[in-house]
Formats: sequence, structure tokens, C-alpha cells
Amino acid sequence: MALDQELLQYPMRRYGMDHDRYEWSMLTDRAPVVWPGGKKLALWVNVSLQFFPLNPQRKPLSVAGNMTMPYPDLRHFSLRDYGNRVGIYRFLSAFDRYGIKPTFAVNAQVAERYPYLFDAVRERGDEIIAHSWNMDTAHAGGLAEGEEAALVTRSLDTLRQRAGREIHGWLSPGKIESENTPELLRQAGIDYFCDWVNDEMPYPFHTKHGDLWAMPLATELEDRFVVQDNLHSEASWADQVIDACDFLLQEAEEQGGRILSLSLHPWVLGQPHRMKYLEAVLENIQSRPDVWSAGAGEILATFRQQTASPATR
Amino acid sequence: MKEDPGYYDYWPYRDRPPIRWPNGARVAFWVAPNIEFYELQPPRNPQRAPWPQPYPPVPGYSIRDYGNRVGHMRQMRLLDKYGIRGSISLSAALCEHHPEIIEMCRERDWEFFTHGIYNTRYTYGMSEEQERAMILDSMETIEKHVGRKPAGYLAPALSHSEVTVDLFAELGGIYTCDLFHDDQPTPVKTRGGQRFVSVPYSLEMNDTIAFVVNKMEPRRYGEMLRECFDRLYAEGAQSGTVMCIPTHNYQISTPHRIKAFEESLEYITGHPDVWVTTGREIAEFYLQNNYDAALADIASKSGAANATSATNGRTA
Repeated sequence: MALDQELLQYPMRRYGMDHDRYEWSMLTDRAPVVWPGGKKLALWVNVSLQFFPLNPQRKPLSVAGNMTMPYPDLRHFSLRDYGNRVGIYRFLSAFDRYGIKPTFAVNAQVAERYPYLFDAVRERGDEIIAHSWNMDTAHAGGLAEGEEAALVTRSLDTLRQRAGREIHGWLSPGKIESENTPELLRQAGIDYFCDWVNDEMPYPFHTKHGDLWAMPLATELEDRFVVQDNLHSEASWADQVIDACDFLLQEAEEQGGRILSLSLHPWVLGQPHRMKYLEAVLENIQSRPDVWSAGAGEILATFRQQTASPATR
Repeated sequence: MKEDPGYYDYWPYRDRPPIRWPNGARVAFWVAPNIEFYELQPPRNPQRAPWPQPYPPVPGYSIRDYGNRVGHMRQMRLLDKYGIRGSISLSAALCEHHPEIIEMCRERDWEFFTHGIYNTRYTYGMSEEQERAMILDSMETIEKHVGRKPAGYLAPALSHSEVTVDLFAELGGIYTCDLFHDDQPTPVKTRGGQRFVSVPYSLEMNDTIAFVVNKMEPRRYGEMLRECFDRLYAEGAQSGTVMCIPTHNYQISTPHRIKAFEESLEYITGHPDVWVTTGREIAEFYLQNNYDAALADIASKSGAANATSATNGRTA
């Protein structure tokens, strides 16, 4: 018994990363950042507006939240749709009440299927970023490059046209990518994407066509991850967010501005029994004098003005 | 395949020759940060796929990279604050990838024990020669970078062969973290009969087991650590116990979890009779002060039929 010799060779055992997508860099080695008004913590509330088809193809794979029962899986289809009909309007009221400036990551098919909802979001003037076509279009390894290119183009064309403005940001369904995704996004005019969870501040991510910016959208604090995967109570989710906020504000005292990213789904927290926890969290965070609520693109633009990162264009 | 790995004989917890830790401490307390490197595109082991998704495995890879980019400094500052020297379970290739982390820990006189080359390379399917070469490579790499040969081993991703512990003992190691059979150190039988011990490492207190497998809430994790300590501290008045918190910078150092961890470190180190130490120091102390008495006691309680030999040898 022995392993193939390839399993005992380490061709990428070298200084830095084992790939060329970005440089090895510890967060504490970066130049400190100050947010507008001398604030210490940027609050990025990211709301995903999603469509889960009843007949998922799962090609190349299935992302979290997809249908799980034999066709037709009405329970999961309608429960996801609940977010777009009911939950989102609770979210919008809460954001207005607590002065939150959200960012919306939208499946292009949501814009097409629910123009009323998309217009409501568009008219607010908050930032809209692309979230691919729907939740059954995973940009995973195994997806043909041409097919993925068409998917990116179709999603961005639809969103840009319906929004009547540029779309600069991207979030892949399930934060899953193929090896071509960064190049395709860059070629389609995307400036930043939110799929890699390896940092808490923006950093340049290399593609063959120039750099993208990686924006840090935490999965570990995401409502869906905490409540549905970890099966924690909504009260515990709220505790976790407050603990994170306390910690980041404290760290920012010594190390410069930090970002608290909250990835939210109206089909999860928009339920009647969960809303009060979201509201309590928003009220608590917004009551801190050192918090700046802003859109993802605005946070990135402010960051770029202050850092001497290499030119990306 | 064997019914029993044969590394130790049955040895009841009660009525053992008592352990007296330095300065009358009841608990030897150690924190073992796993500082790991997971590869983006490792070759596939025939028995275990390193990643659940097709290449590139962005979710799994990027959160582990977070541990090194963001998490490490947070945990290190916390351990500094409470006067704890970490005992690092180290993917040896991290010496090459991220020497800055190694240097900071070396300056603090932390312990480095080996955890293989990469946490995406598994022992499964290796020949004995291949496994020996892999372990030796990891030991030599660590010695080259920190100036001291590692004393302990935790197999990469807890992947083992039937001879993993024997090989490590033959290469000069003195303790293993791979056995979870006890709350005190115990002698371990090796085929070469080396003086070799198990130091309790604890999967139950391991943050990744708690958060990823058991899906524990962060504040509950902190409470569990304190409850574990309370029990071991109470029992340690009779005979010294060991408490280990194995951590991962991509779990414990996230902003929503680190506060609960800090509260527990403050609680534990705030007790008077705690020996805040490292895995190596526990192993060395035990070998010097308790090992021989333990062997004799085990032999007396194992029954004459399978009494342990004086050299504590293992039938390979």
C-alpha cells in the first residue's frame, strides 16, 4: 500500500499564498482607515433579494436554500417567496425607522418577475448589486465558460436596464465561484465582488483583465447561516451581532476603521417572530456614535480614497 | 484491521497514583491554537476529498485563510493579555507560506508541535515509508524555522494509520494529541517501547467541533469552557488534571465569538491553583515525575494475563 507520489509533492509550498489571486497580507499590517465624520465602524447591511425556482436544475450544484423535497416543493418555494412579498416591506420600514442605508443584492430574475418590488428598491436610491440570475444559477466549477459568460451578461444587462444606472458590485449565489468567475465579472464591468470571506477590509483581487476589489461580507454572522444552518435562536443571532459590534468598535480604537457586514434575507429575518430581533440590533448599532451606515460601494470608495493600494485600472 | 489500536491498557480514573503539578496546581491548563494551511488545489486522496465543492472551493478555503490574515493577531493578543503561551498545532508548510506568524510566536516562546505538512493532505493510504518521510519533513521544517525539534504530534486533519504514533515516537517525539481517552496524561505503548505519553487535548473543547459540528452558540461555548474547568479544578485537588482548549483562528477569532472566549480565559487564569503551561511542559513533567508510577499502577490493575512490560512495548 502506498499513495501515488503526486500526493506527497508540494509544488506551491512557497512564501505567501498557494495561488496568484491576491497577496498575503495580515489585517494588522494595513494602513488605518477613518470613515467619514471620524467614525470608527462602517455598517454594511446587505439584503439579498432572491428567487428560488420550483424546478431547480442544480447544474453544476445546489446552493443553500434551494428546494429539498420532491417536486413540487411548495413549502420551500413559497417560504422563499414570502421574503419578496412580506418580509422585505418589514425590512424597509425598519431601515427607515433606524436610519440604515442598505445595499440590495438582487437576482436579475427578481427584477424581471417583481417590477413593483424592484422599483421600490430602485426609487430609494440605495445601491443595487448583482446577485446572478437566480438562486439556481451557481457559478461553480464545471459550468462551461461560455455559459457562465452569458449568465453574467444576461444578469447584468437585465439589472442595469431595469435600474437605469450602472451596477458595480456582485455577489455570487452561495458565494460559490468557478475559476473563470473573477475574469468574467471584471470583463463585464464589475468593480467589486463579495464572495471571499478571508478578510474584514477590502483588498485587490487579481484577474487576467485587471483587479477586482474583494469586499468582506461575513457568512458567519449571516442570518440564514446562524438561524437555519446553526439552528441558533434569533435572540442568539442578535447577541452575536452585538458582541461583534462591541469588539470591532474596540479594535478600531487601536487599529483604524473596521466594517461590520450584516448579510440579511427577508425570507429569514422578515418573519413576524424574528423582526423584533432585527429591529433591536439595528437600533442598538445605530445608537452608537461611532457607527457609519453606508452602501457597499460607498464604503469601498471611501476606503480607496485613503489607501495607497496599487492602481487597479 | 484491529479491534483495538493497542496504544494503552485499561486504567481506571479513580485511585491512581496522584499527580502533583508544580506549585500545587490542580489543573495544568494549555491552549493549543491550530495554525493551519489548507491548499486551494490539493491532489485528491483516494479515501477523503479535501473540499466538498469542485475547484475552486471558495467558501472553505477563504474562511480558513481568514484565520491567518485576520484571526491570528486577535488570538495572540488575547493570549498575551492573560499570560498564556500558545502550543501551536502547526501545518509545517505555514513556516514557508507565512513566516511572519511563526516569527511572532517564536519571539513569545510559544511551543510548536507538528500537525503534518498541510491540513489538506491525509495520512490515509500512505505506506509506512511515506508516512515516516512526511512526519520527518514536518519536524525538520519546524526545527529549521524555530530552532527546536517538535515534541508533540497531532496528525493532519486527524487522519491516522495504524503506526502513526509508533513512527512519531521513533522520530524522537514524546507526546501525542491524537488520543481522547483521558483527562490526565497517560503512558502510551509504542512498538519501539519509547517513553511516550498522551497529553489530553480535548475534542469536546475544540472550537471547530463546538461551532461547526455541534453548532454551539458563542456564549454557550464560553459557558461550557468554564463548566469544564470547574469540574477539572475540583477534581484536581485530589490528583492533577489537564484542560486544553484547542482553537482555530478562523473560528474563535471572529468578532462575534472572541468575547466569549476572552471571558473564559479571564475566568480560568483568575484561579490561584492553575498551571498555565504548554503541551511539551506537561509531557516532560509527567515523564519525569509520574510515568514510572503510572506504568506500575497500570500493570497492577490490568490483570496478570496482559500485564504491561517494563518497557511498555506495543505489539505491532
